Amino acid sequence: MDDQLSAELLQSVVDVARAMFGAAASSVFVFDEKADELVFQAVSGQGESFLVGRRFPASSGIAGWVVASGEPMVVNDLSKNTAFDRDLAASTQYVPDALMAAPLTHGDRVLGVLEVLDPVPQSRSSLDELDLLALFARQAAAALRVVIDRAVDTTMPKRSQALHLVASLQELLEASAP
Amino acid sequence: MESALTERGPTLTWRLIGRGPDDLPVTADGEPVTAQWAWGGATGRGVRVCVVDSGVERDHPVVGQVQGSWVVVTGDDGPVVEPTETGDACGHGTACAGIIRRTAPECELYSVRVLSERGSGSGAMLLAGLRWAIQQGFDVINLSLSTTKLRFTEELRALADEAFFQRTVIVASAHNTPVESFPWRFASVISVGSHREADPELYLYNPSPPVEFFAPGQDVSVAWLGGGTIRSTGNSFATPYIAGLCARILSKHSRMTTFQLKNVLYLSAANVRVAPGGTP
Repeated sequence: MDDQLSAELLQSVVDVARAMFGAAASSVFVFDEKADELVFQAVSGQGESFLVGRRFPASSGIAGWVVASGEPMVVNDLSKNTAFDRDLAASTQYVPDALMAAPLTHGDRVLGVLEVLDPVPQSRSSLDELDLLALFARQAAAALRVVIDRAVDTTMPKRSQALHLVASLQELLEASAP
Repeated sequence: MESALTERGPTLTWRLIGRGPDDLPVTADGEPVTAQWAWGGATGRGVRVCVVDSGVERDHPVVGQVQGSWVVVTGDDGPVVEPTETGDACGHGTACAGIIRRTAPECELYSVRVLSERGSGSGAMLLAGLRWAIQQGFDVINLSLSTTKLRFTEELRALADEAFFQRTVIVASAHNTPVESFPWRFASVISVGSHREADPELYLYNPSPPVEFFAPGQDVSVAWLGGGTIRSTGNSFATPYIAGLCARILSKHSRMTTFQLKNVLYLSAANVRVAPGGTP
């Protein structure tokens, strides 16, 4: 992502998420539907220096579930589970014990995922924290939309922009139908 | 906090926050129903339970035998259901299956995977998988999933009604966030949210539906990929507990209709007291 303002916006999102939950790390992934991959778009904490831009399959793992279901998820005791996304965890050089993930949505579309790794214990496994995560994810999703829209403005030909607009209108109409 | 979370529109009760069983007293009419009468000694034997989800891992020690597995894939004319040897894409379906097995150890478990091999699941896949499961006449369908896509609502409603009348019980999770999604909102399904109580067998009736029952859904030990377990939180894991209870009830009372089953769950919920006699 070359757009400095967009990068700053998403970086602030993951920095705040990490601070809110006292977490070891927080990430925003963008869902690349065409490639069926999730892309690290911003990272705070563990992995910050090398993960941005890295891709992994969107059809597996907890983040994959969040994309598919459109629902947040909170999991603990991951380090005791030897199968937990072992390859991915190894590639990110960090195996968390706990993970919270929430979808970043626009209407009924999932644009990406907000993930929080190893939140402090009082933040774990609490429905209130799940709510807090989901609440913050709405703000993160708005930021992600801004970033995506800015990217569309600079890279997409006018016809594609028009089609994009029509698709958005269709979603809006369907969402507001009685 | 809760009002800030709730989006515009009618307030949704999707799980029990900041309240316990004592805060939800319900007085009901009817004949008292005890848990012992409803499912005491029952194991779910002979009851066919289908998990419509991300698939179920094969040979998982917590889940045990899965009698049949199918997957919804994209065909030339839309989604089609076919047998599969694939397991679980992400662990969620395995987690649900493990809770059902724990609750109803001798039920028959089946799996329909509604997440595509590639890309995210869609409302169309969910609809196709659910329709197929209803057509097979499973006794209980666990659906810890929902769709927010309004264009599927009426078709889902018709399917849920069809299931209701043919005695296929759909036990459906409320969404984890306060958004409109389906089919848990329909009266024809048994909808489940989560409570925060520690008792792993406690379930409650919600006097303020649309969510009708609350079951354990916080920090629940669940089966996960690779034969292991993790702990997780959410309505997804409260739902299979109620699905398992349904299997136990049906294994003991095989002629029960879906409305009778829901009534038994209602009258034997921990916060429901049946009042003596009726008003003349």
